[in-house]
Amino acid sequence: MSNLNTRGRVALFGGVYNNYLSLQATIDDARRRGVDEIYCLGDMGGFGPHPNRVFPILRQSSDIHILQGNYDHSIGHRLDDCGCGYTDPRDNHFAQISYDYTLEKTADSHKDWLRDLPGEFRRQWCDRRVLMAHGSPRRINEFLWESTCSDVFLAYLLDTAQADILFVTHTGIGWKRRLPDGRLVVNVGAIGRPANDGRTGVDYALVEISAEAVEVSFVEVEYDHHRLAREILSEGLPEEFAESITTGWWTTCLEILPARERAAGRF
Amino acid sequence: MNKLDTRELIQRVEQRAALSSEPSAAPHLELDHLDTLWLQVTGTLCNLACLHCFISCGPKNDNHDMMSVEQVDEAIDRAVEEGVKEFYFTGGEPFMHPDIETLIERALRHGPLTVLTNGILIDEDLASWLGETFRRARYSFDVRVSLDGTTRSENDALRGRGTFEKILAGIDRLVAAGLNPVITVTTCHAELGGREGRQKFFDLLAERGIQRPRLKFLAPFKIGREERRGGGYQDYERLRKGDLDDQARQALQCSSCRMVTSEGVYPCPILIEEKDARMGDKLDDGLKAIELDHPACYTCFVEGVTCRT
Ligand code: SF4
Ligand code: SF4
Repeated sequence: MSNLNTRGRVALFGGVYNNYLSLQATIDDARRRGVDEIYCLGDMGGFGPHPNRVFPILRQSSDIHILQGNYDHSIGHRLDDCGCGYTDPRDNHFAQISYDYTLEKTADSHKDWLRDLPGEFRRQWCDRRVLMAHGSPRRINEFLWESTCSDVFLAYLLDTAQADILFVTHTGIGWKRRLPDGRLVVNVGAIGRPANDGRTGVDYALVEISAEAVEVSFVEVEYDHHRLAREILSEGLPEEFAESITTGWWTTCLEILPARERAAGRF
Repeated sequence: MNKLDTRELIQRVEQRAALSSEPSAAPHLELDHLDTLWLQVTGTLCNLACLHCFISCGPKNDNHDMMSVEQVDEAIDRAVEEGVKEFYFTGGEPFMHPDIETLIERALRHGPLTVLTNGILIDEDLASWLGETFRRARYSFDVRVSLDGTTRSENDALRGRGTFEKILAGIDRLVAAGLNPVITVTTCHAELGGREGRQKFFDLLAERGIQRPRLKFLAPFKIGREERRGGGYQDYERLRKGDLDDQARQALQCSSCRMVTSEGVYPCPILIEEKDARMGDKLDDGLKAIELDHPACYTCFVEGVTCRT
């Protein structure tokens, strides 16, 4: 695990949600672009079919570094639920279905591996202090949405964490913001399901590092989402999950969305 | 916090309370960081006088005055220096403030804002201004409307005669203007908090064309006017040292919020009329630890209440 002193190219993503097809497509795309390293910021499980299929891809690659998400923590410790605690009985119902399914189908050895994943990574990229976390630097399950984080709050998080660049995931919707003082906060979003914007493709973050600048762009990856939707249904998982995959609009767990992000979606 | 932990903790509290009636010191709670600044923009002035109001708000209550634009600005500026994440406006009824539009714009310049309202004053002009503001603002802008029953009689028994229809009309106007307001329900009727009770609200709103409503359920605090309606706290309903682990501390909103009113600074939106809760004149005076010695703190802990959305 390296610091980068001259220049480099790095890929980051989060929210795999059992989607082994988009995971493979993301990693292939990143490698094609010649990245030096790949970072996965957590939440391997949930939502999609066949939980065990993501692990060979993640565990057998020496260029991928992996953080623990809250879902990984729950599955790793064999807890009863994902701890999301929705108010809407409908959201709770769907969250529990995917959690129970993932808990039951994840092999013990993978659960142990999830349990033992690290909670953050720190790097030095050309004199810039980089921090990667799942939710926020202070809490694994804190949501950092674009519309609900003031500039001064993000600056506070960076100050406290002693970082110049922060990468997080957890919300499922990516965004990036350059603060007035030049520091950078990026939510890398999720590759396991679309970002509630009507596209079926998913995004990962591609970072170009040089002594002069760190530039982040989101790269869209297409994968065989029809196949994933078919497998969701053949595994007996709810149609609503397959619908999100094929339409690009979230149909469940909408309660976590702030007003702004909610209004951007269809439901 | 996971459910088992909470249940265990509550049991521990209750067992100990049963064993001993001796008062022991209240837990101390640090302010981790000022994530949320609450502003009591209209003080205790309200166009309703709900029977379950945990502050005794009403048309004649001037314990806390309306805040001036300068007072609001000053608190916002100080909070911005602290790295505040978000703002909440409440009252009373915020839309009674003559400068409410200015206040909303000031707050939204610095961070996301939620306005808590009873919905009665939301006419078409106001709704369309709120809709435009929502679309224009850089940060999230949320309106939260209180509704306390799925029938006229259930709601009006608490909020006053005729309010059920007016609240729903206000909600309809917000929705027509492109907002998706959060509906807040106080679970004074215990059954409203249960699964079926909650479902009824989802059904009611769906009938009115709000297919995927946003709802928040809040346990009542047995203080203010609610104390006279439903009874106050028992002696054993107090937090004591040792009740709180780190997770429980973090879950209490007062580890990361403060409330500013025209009268000064308070730990949270709940205690503004409680004697001894006032922390000083200015937000600065409130940026320090508190003692959780109020019975309402017991509700926050046991019910896991937070006034945030
Ligand atoms: S509960 Fe709200 S609307 Fe009712 S009197 Fe109190 S402040 Fe006013
Ligand atoms: S009433 Fe609740 S929010 Fe207020 S100080 Fe007590 S515990 Fe904190």
